[in-house]
Amino acid sequence: MRIWLEKQRHLIDFTLASLARRKTKNIGLLVAYTLLVFVLASLTLFTNALRTEATFVLAGSPEVIVQRMVAGRHDLIPPGYLDKIGRIRGVQKMEGRLWGYYYDPVLNANYTFMARPAEEVASGTIMVGAALARERGLDAHNTISFRSYSGKLFTFEVASVLSPDSELLSADLILLSEEDFRSFFEYPAGHFTDIALSVANPQEVRNIAAKLSSALPDSRPILREEVLRTYQSVFDWREGIVLTVLAGAILAFAILAWEKASGLSAEEKREIGILKAIGWETGDVLRMKLWEGLLISLTAFLLGFIGAYVHVFHFGAAVFEPVLKGWAVLYPRFTLLPAIDGLQVATLFFFTVFPYTAAVLVPIWRAAITDPDAVMR
Amino acid sequence: MIELSEIKKAFNQGRPNEYWALSGIDLTLEAGKVTAFRGPSGSGKTTLLTLVGCLARPTSGRVRFKGQDISGLPERFLTEIRRQSFGFVFQQFNLIKGLSALENVILPGFPTGRPRAELIDAAEGLFEQLKLSHRRQAKVEWLSGGEQQRVAIARALINDPEVIIADEPTANLDTALSREFMTILEGFTAAGKTVLLTSHDPLVVESSAVHRVVGMRDGKLVDQ
Repeated sequence: MRIWLEKQRHLIDFTLASLARRKTKNIGLLVAYTLLVFVLASLTLFTNALRTEATFVLAGSPEVIVQRMVAGRHDLIPPGYLDKIGRIRGVQKMEGRLWGYYYDPVLNANYTFMARPAEEVASGTIMVGAALARERGLDAHNTISFRSYSGKLFTFEVASVLSPDSELLSADLILLSEEDFRSFFEYPAGHFTDIALSVANPQEVRNIAAKLSSALPDSRPILREEVLRTYQSVFDWREGIVLTVLAGAILAFAILAWEKASGLSAEEKREIGILKAIGWETGDVLRMKLWEGLLISLTAFLLGFIGAYVHVFHFGAAVFEPVLKGWAVLYPRFTLLPAIDGLQVATLFFFTVFPYTAAVLVPIWRAAITDPDAVMR
Repeated sequence: MIELSEIKKAFNQGRPNEYWALSGIDLTLEAGKVTAFRGPSGSGKTTLLTLVGCLARPTSGRVRFKGQDISGLPERFLTEIRRQSFGFVFQQFNLIKGLSALENVILPGFPTGRPRAELIDAAEGLFEQLKLSHRRQAKVEWLSGGEQQRVAIARALINDPEVIIADEPTANLDTALSREFMTILEGFTAAGKTVLLTSHDPLVVESSAVHRVVGMRDGKLVDQ
């Protein structure tokens, strides 16, 4: 064992010396390879973090939302629907929600108005999202007026600005009392926008959705897991778009790395012949080159991955952000929570380190099995 | 110590450019002596040394080393014998550029698993013997021809082999350096080592350090 360890140490020593001797080639290889890992790792880290963020955000949302449909379009929930749902077993809590969109010509942006119980927001006051407050220059106790769709002017006092921690959800949100909501939008009494249901047992969600469909045939239940799946598909699709756009560059990097790794110069072939002639076995030469391949590919993988981590979680993935994050006038400011998927890291590791090591070993093996007497001729 | 019987060696066998480098060599080489193979270029001297030094296998015939038939051994065993028992000094020295003299010398010791400190000690001892201590950290491409040859000699000796094989050792040296090499050669004999060398340099083959000269021509022995 000691001899084996000593041999490996010698091989690593020689490998390091060899790498230092071919600085230009190896640095070029390391840079190309690190860039390749950086691009791929940035993409996977960023989309994975966005998916995790979506899951995190949706964790607090209701399990089922019921919308009424008329002629295939979303319509108001008429009075009496809440009572009908109340009789379905497994529904822990339900709430008729009031919300709608308002276009503000000052910012050319849409706001989401949402009614909250009077104990949360007093009549005549509103609570506004941080992005909205920022863009309109609002602060607590300021007043703001909105002209309703019917042409009437409503003035509200800003009770507070919503916490920036919830900005991803509340960037464009205005919370107001139910009474103000109904008069601002002239919403008919007893009607709601939709109904949010809480279901205690997650296994029961699909059964309850089926029961809702039969009890309220003109309604559609929207499950939280479906919303989450839609978000994930959107991010998958965006990741795919970026990968497609970058495919050419990634391929070019990959070919460059492969070509640099697999090309064996006459000098390297000569050295392999010398090493064999002075007593190195074919296996020793292969092990030495394996160490070389591992050192380069592992260093590139670590540099590329750490670079991607810093790029995504400290610089907000500045390179890919415009494509991957999406667009909005009231853009929420948010920091991605570091989220790493072990399987993704393992996949990236396998598809970068393994092909490189194979690319190094094949030509070396072909050179190493030749007779060592070539050095005498 | 080394017995060759009916040794033949062909290159590119079965192809239009088939070439027989050796055609039936029978020879016995004694331990502790210096044997020089003399002959014109293409006479088969170097090919014969590659077979003796386990760098290649004969097409037919047997090579016995200390009574053991080594001509049919698999590569792994041949490599082990080569590493333990033979040290090579090549005509072009074949040092690895970019490495220091010291790093070149300890290279054959790597596959043995000897600790690095032990290899360096052994190398320092050889540098001292060969009066090259002051150049041990120099990169080999910065060394003169004579210095490079001494590095190659030190590398051949690092695993303390019984047999030293030197192919045209004075071909790239001037007269003074060639004489210096012959002095080193005498040191090998004094240390009980067997030396096999090829040369057509009269300074080598006519030297008193050489015990036996074997003539070769067209792959055959012509004068023993």
